[in-house]
Amino acid sequence: MRLYGSGLTLSYDQRVVATGLDVTIPDGSFTVIIGPNACGKSTTLRALARMLKPRAGAVHLDGSVITSLPSKEVARRLGLLPQSSIVPDGITVADLVGRGRYPHQRLMRQWSKQDEVAVASAMEATGVTELAERCVDELSGGQRQRVWLAMALAQETPILLLDEPTTFLDIAHQIEVLDLCADLHERGRTLVAVLHDLNQACRYATHLIVMREGRIVAEGDPTEIVTAELVQEVFDLRCEIIEDPQSGTPMIVPEARRRTRATA
Amino acid sequence: MTVLRLGPWSVRLSPRGVAAAAAMTVVGVAVSLVALSTGEYTVPIPDIVTSVFGRGTPAAELIVGKLRAPRVVTGLLVGAAFGLSGAILQSLTRNPLGSPDFLGFTAGASTGGIVAVVMGGSAWQIAAGSLLGCVASAALVYGLSFRGGVQSYRLVLVGIGVGAVLVSVDWYLLTRANIHDAASAGAWITGSLSGRGWEHAIPVACALLLLLPVCALVSRPLRMMEMGDDSARAAGIRVEPVRAAAIAAGVLLCGVATAAAGPVIFVAMAAPQLARRLSRSPGVTMAASALMGAVLLVAADLAAQRLFAPVQLPVGIMTAGIGGTYLVFTLRKERR
Repeated sequence: MRLYGSGLTLSYDQRVVATGLDVTIPDGSFTVIIGPNACGKSTTLRALARMLKPRAGAVHLDGSVITSLPSKEVARRLGLLPQSSIVPDGITVADLVGRGRYPHQRLMRQWSKQDEVAVASAMEATGVTELAERCVDELSGGQRQRVWLAMALAQETPILLLDEPTTFLDIAHQIEVLDLCADLHERGRTLVAVLHDLNQACRYATHLIVMREGRIVAEGDPTEIVTAELVQEVFDLRCEIIEDPQSGTPMIVPEARRRTRATA
Repeated sequence: MTVLRLGPWSVRLSPRGVAAAAAMTVVGVAVSLVALSTGEYTVPIPDIVTSVFGRGTPAAELIVGKLRAPRVVTGLLVGAAFGLSGAILQSLTRNPLGSPDFLGFTAGASTGGIVAVVMGGSAWQIAAGSLLGCVASAALVYGLSFRGGVQSYRLVLVGIGVGAVLVSVDWYLLTRANIHDAASAGAWITGSLSGRGWEHAIPVACALLLLLPVCALVSRPLRMMEMGDDSARAAGIRVEPVRAAAIAAGVLLCGVATAAAGPVIFVAMAAPQLARRLSRSPGVTMAASALMGAVLLVAADLAAQRLFAPVQLPVGIMTAGIGGTYLVFTLRKERR
């Protein structure tokens, strides 16, 4: 496995989020990490992306402890789309996407032919080519998220981590971003995403990691692991699992407490 | 964006940025020539050229070589240092108010300088005092803002607070000092280029020579860090060492500039923002800010000398006037 963490103790200041956590990302998978609020899913992703230094244990990338590798070298293999980024004033889409090329550049080699090609294909894959000369400030939330994704893609890393890529987007844009992720996965990238929506996770993930209180409760193919009991255990939610009529994956239907409308 | 390639090397430049830099250079040279040539005694521009190469009339050599040239050169260097300092700190704080004027660094430099003046220090000791004051106030502001990391708005607010306290310390010192010292301290805290000689220009030149490579090295990582620490780390930037080096360079540039010319206010704030608008660049850029700082300061100094002639104003009054106007303009336009 190219990316895994073993014996991770993760904490922010004094608050310990997870202890002795082992997490493995299968090569070539579209892994989705899911769980209730404050279960440590984003923290785990941040540790895998070396944004957070584990208090104990280590994250390994290609057989080496990730912190022992030169950080630009890591950035050529593993990319991250953070939960929130700041748009520099007045930057154009093409310039922002171009910044994703940073780990491939040097002070005296600021813009190679490969940079040009990578930026063009990242913009094409995310459908922002026609926005290239627009200012990022002027774009809608959905367009903006595609631009950030294009920047992460321009980094051309075989592994890409996404921290809640669909938050703040409306349902249509959520699906758009997830479809895009699925395309990227099909073209051979390993993807790891933290998501909130269990149905979306089941639909897109090839490997699901379900967390609660800093522990992994279940992991595997969503069709095999997602049951009403699991949802009850992890989310304290009574529900029924049916087959998603579109994708055939498990779909969670929360139990209705009242049926006033249905009986009317 | 245009790319210049030479073998394996490539540099990316925006045509607008290059044009802006050329325009600022032309204006800077023109203003410098006017400052060298005019005054109570006019030296024609051709004579300036000959006297620079030591073949002018004795009078022209004295006036240009000993009096006006060091003043203009000090102005250019100090302006460039303030511009760079402002660019670095605004980029780090992602905030136009994150300049040394608002972060309390300039105030610290003033207090340090006044302490030296009041204690009867020599020119060198005043310079050392202001440099020390700048570094000490920076350490204080940074320390007070630190809570497992430093947030931009907290840094600015703490800086404004520390600056206010330091101003009251300045006034305390001024009221306790004898009239002679108080007068010279009063002249010093407005920031002035009058009577600056090569002994003022050379230390700034050396500091710039040392710190320019640091600025060049941190400029691209800083640009990435404007998008947030996570984005920068994901791109392979080691955020903490870059931030430490950038802060050190920003503080030292401000300190050295203040040591040479006194706390000339607002150049560090306005130069990067004006340069950004002129070159239409995303975020502040180092080279353009340095150029703009240099042009602003010599132009302001020329205006301060000529506008109310024969009364000679200290350049600090001019920059405070221009900078204040600019600040009001910025806040009116950009408060969304």
